[in-house]
Amino acid sequence: MTDKLTIAGKQYNSRLLVGTGKYKDMDETQQAIETSGAEIITIAVRRTNMGQDANAANILDILPPDKYTILPNTAGCYDVKTAVRTLKLARELLDGHNLCKLEVLGDEKTLFPDVMQTLKAAEELVKDGFDIMVYTNDDPIMAREFEQMGCVAVMPLAAPIGSGLGIRNKLNIMTIVENANVPVLVDAGVGTASDAAQAMELGCDGVLMNTAIAAAQKPVMMASAMKKAIQAGREAYLAGRMPAKRFASASSPVDGLFFS
Amino acid sequence: MNIQLNGQPKEVADNITITALLESMELYGRRIAVEVNEELVTRSQFGSHQLKENDVIEIVQAIGGG
Repeated sequence: MTDKLTIAGKQYNSRLLVGTGKYKDMDETQQAIETSGAEIITIAVRRTNMGQDANAANILDILPPDKYTILPNTAGCYDVKTAVRTLKLARELLDGHNLCKLEVLGDEKTLFPDVMQTLKAAEELVKDGFDIMVYTNDDPIMAREFEQMGCVAVMPLAAPIGSGLGIRNKLNIMTIVENANVPVLVDAGVGTASDAAQAMELGCDGVLMNTAIAAAQKPVMMASAMKKAIQAGREAYLAGRMPAKRFASASSPVDGLFFS
Repeated sequence: MNIQLNGQPKEVADNITITALLESMELYGRRIAVEVNEELVTRSQFGSHQLKENDVIEIVQAIGGG
């Protein structure tokens, strides 16, 4: 099937994007990500720990940029300035790679995006040549704004980051998808495979998740489940589901019954 | 002279270059990025950029995150 996901002019086979945080160790990280089949993986930018073993494995050693598309994020940023600084550092770290995930958070309890700050940061970063995949609310009007501003993908939340609550507002996600001319990916809030499948059935172009895999009892097995859920949901969307009806409709013909 | 390095005070040689600082920390050539006083310094400038008293340096790397 030639059903590729295109983001910023580059094609991907997998519609599952995964984060690399919260795993037990590097080995589990690598196995889960490999199993997920994801081609785009997120990373965070943090201070180098001066006391650490200089030979300790770095995330980019086990998940190399020549194999994966690395999507640096701005997790932990609550204002325009820190988000812009973070992504400039990330671009330098990744040898000029422009694709990134912008999130500017508004509140520590909900980790909901501060959309006003996100808009300002997006505007500045787009002008500076970044390809922005933007984390935002499930708000169709904001999604339209980000698209018009030049963001390469819009990523509404399903539910708060790390909550595993699943898609809280299916109708808004549907509206965002219907209006969009750039890829729409559900980012954050997915809890299990059916949530991921549901996002794809709603017509999303992909799903970005981290905790749903990393915090599962068996992360590597959940990575496999998510890969299948994304594929199943996508195929169901493309196949076009039957209309739901209130009452029954027999599957076997009524004609030709040999009793009356 | 004194600088702030990743949030900690550090004493370094006067006018030390970023290359020399990174070498002294066994970080030179590794996949890191450097900011001086909240401005990015690109790798090509490491050899020529001399630090000044009270400069605030951040050395960052990629880590796992979602």
